[in-house]
Amino acid sequence: MSKLAAVVGIGQTRYKTRRGDVSIAGLVREAAANALEDAGLGWDDVEAVIIGKAPDMFEGVVMPECYLSDALGCNGKPMLRVHTAGSVGGSTALVAASHVQSGSFRRVLTVTFEKQSESNAMWALSTPQPFSVHLNAGAGGYFAPIIREYMRRSGAPYDVGLKVAVKDRLHGARNPLAHLQLPHITMQEVEESMMLWDPLRFLEACPSSDGACAMVIADEELATRSPKPPAWIRGGAMRSEPTMYAGRDEVNPRAGRDCAADVYRQAGITDPRRDLDCAEVYVPFSWYEPMWLENLGFAAEGEGWKLTMAGATSLDEGGDIPWNCSGGVLSSNPIGASGMIRFAEAARQVRGDAGAHQVPGARLALGHAYGGGAQFFAMWVVGADKP
Amino acid sequence: MQELAVVAFSQSDCLARAGAANEVELIMPQLQAVYAQVGIRNAQDVDFVCSGSCDYLQGAAFAFVAGVDALGAVPPIKESHVEMDAAWALYEAVLKIRMGQAESALLYGFSRSSSGDLPMVLSQQLDPYYLAPLWVDSISLAALQARLLLEAGLASEQDMAEVVVRSRRNARDNPHARLRGDLSIEALLAEDMFVSPLRRADCAPVADGAAAMIICTVARAREWGVPYAVLSGIDHRIETHNLGMRDLTDSPSTRLAARAAGVAEGPVEVAELYAPFSHQEIILARALELGPDTRVNPSGGVLAGNLMMASGLSRVGEVFRRIVAGDARRGVAHATSGPCLQHNLVAVLESAS
Repeated sequence: MSKLAAVVGIGQTRYKTRRGDVSIAGLVREAAANALEDAGLGWDDVEAVIIGKAPDMFEGVVMPECYLSDALGCNGKPMLRVHTAGSVGGSTALVAASHVQSGSFRRVLTVTFEKQSESNAMWALSTPQPFSVHLNAGAGGYFAPIIREYMRRSGAPYDVGLKVAVKDRLHGARNPLAHLQLPHITMQEVEESMMLWDPLRFLEACPSSDGACAMVIADEELATRSPKPPAWIRGGAMRSEPTMYAGRDEVNPRAGRDCAADVYRQAGITDPRRDLDCAEVYVPFSWYEPMWLENLGFAAEGEGWKLTMAGATSLDEGGDIPWNCSGGVLSSNPIGASGMIRFAEAARQVRGDAGAHQVPGARLALGHAYGGGAQFFAMWVVGADKP
Repeated sequence: MQELAVVAFSQSDCLARAGAANEVELIMPQLQAVYAQVGIRNAQDVDFVCSGSCDYLQGAAFAFVAGVDALGAVPPIKESHVEMDAAWALYEAVLKIRMGQAESALLYGFSRSSSGDLPMVLSQQLDPYYLAPLWVDSISLAALQARLLLEAGLASEQDMAEVVVRSRRNARDNPHARLRGDLSIEALLAEDMFVSPLRRADCAPVADGAAAMIICTVARAREWGVPYAVLSGIDHRIETHNLGMRDLTDSPSTRLAARAAGVAEGPVEVAELYAPFSHQEIILARALELGPDTRVNPSGGVLAGNLMMASGLSRVGEVFRRIVAGDARRGVAHATSGPCLQHNLVAVLESAS
């Protein structure tokens, strides 16, 4: 069965619209070096490197792991490149963990990145394909109709999205790494921002960021004698379903529900809102918070928006289940890294190392990522306590 | 450690151009073939699925997403993807089984390299600041490597021609090959240079297609009651990207991977090497320390047809087929990625008995 594994080092870059001061290699190396420093380790202490990012067209480099081998100290070691669409940051963490959980490796480095300033993500996502309908809409245009269907079904009030947009930016203002620093944002300001894809306004959408995130994952013995508290991996799961099929529920995808059920079973969680102390969930557009609250079992179907409006997910309002204390994807979005940032921020919380956005006494946290047409899911639960 | 078995493999014909076939149409026949080999219905009957492909070959972001449509992933499945040859999807699946999260896995790789100019597309795999702007294509880089080999006296043009002649001859028995037949060394050497010192025949022909494989625990293989080969070792290593810092006449990453996979722990009766250029087979055979008793690329190898993103998995599949057919008791499969053999994977397969 699976061997125990834990996160023993976390490193991130500062997230910005454009990191013109570093090359792609410099960007990933910065995150990796920060993770190694956090773990009290050097490059030679790592046995393998697992790298992930979203489509290669975002930077225009084909299979960039070949070029990044040197920057990540990987020469002579195994290097694996994961790509599972937007969920890739989470999937990469899980694949990295499997290197240790399989007993094949004792300590690995995992890195994800996106340098979106190198190209135009909207264009890269909209290349026309033969024999397929050309969706020249980007991600927001794709998800907006699904959000409208959620609003219709749940009867959620108009301002839920505004509330999430404000809440996550106030969280982000506590996180010095966050791309958007909007400590004075108000619901009125969000409401008055330009409508992009009805009902999503400019300030209800994620930014486009440069950045990288890295983690060191170690086996039980190495984790136990690591200098800082480890975040023990209590469960990990992935699920995929097709973009379209007859009867598919795009608002509340089954792949997400199944993935959550799997990871909760592994971690012994029966009531996520009660059992977890916080969650870092992939919310690139404001309305995805209430939708994922339901999909992940924090609220009954149609009730997710009530948690949001009651402040249950807000650190500033003292909510019982804070979501995205780091500011989330709404505050920083280097796409290929965004999932891993969720996984890493969950680990920071249970290590008690989340600085000004720390949830007091957090012991158990969920990291979540999704991608494609909300069809690829990756999740893990990390805990302060060894299972 | 958990003993693993390869139980099914199928590869498409290496087509010069797959025409209008989309990803699903490329993949589906291979999936159906491997399902039939073990008697399962679809991807729901395995515990994990992993694929390998490259967006740039398809010319689309998320090209692999269309591949999921070939799987029947309703209800949702446990699935992952590497932007690498599917041999690395195999590697990811091996870890998944070793950690106890799966007992069986379906793997596939696919591409339509004919959509673009493959050697030029691969030039964009190089360091984007210093090398890619030069647009050095993959054949030119391989030619530089071949030149170094020749000038070091480590191989001759005749040796390279022998590799090609053997590939074409072996491919006569491979129904999926693109190039096959009887060539003479003299005739080959009389051909014009393509990118000196490489002749066209020294370079693998671009092909469209797909390959699929099923692996599982030995216990599951017995339960399915199908013949299997034991996957006794697998490892992969990468080298520096800086070509000027590598000894291009050797493959130290292959040596490292071979040692970790246990290649030398028994006789190697058959070896399938992913050598897209004839001289690279010579480099790889030396790095793997293969002796005269090893049959190298009995399928014809990729010089007879190169399914990008699937050829590495196919090398494992070709060794598997020979072991279950009783043609060999132990063999080595190799996969490569990156310019001039930068990244190499080595797998050892053995007969079950």
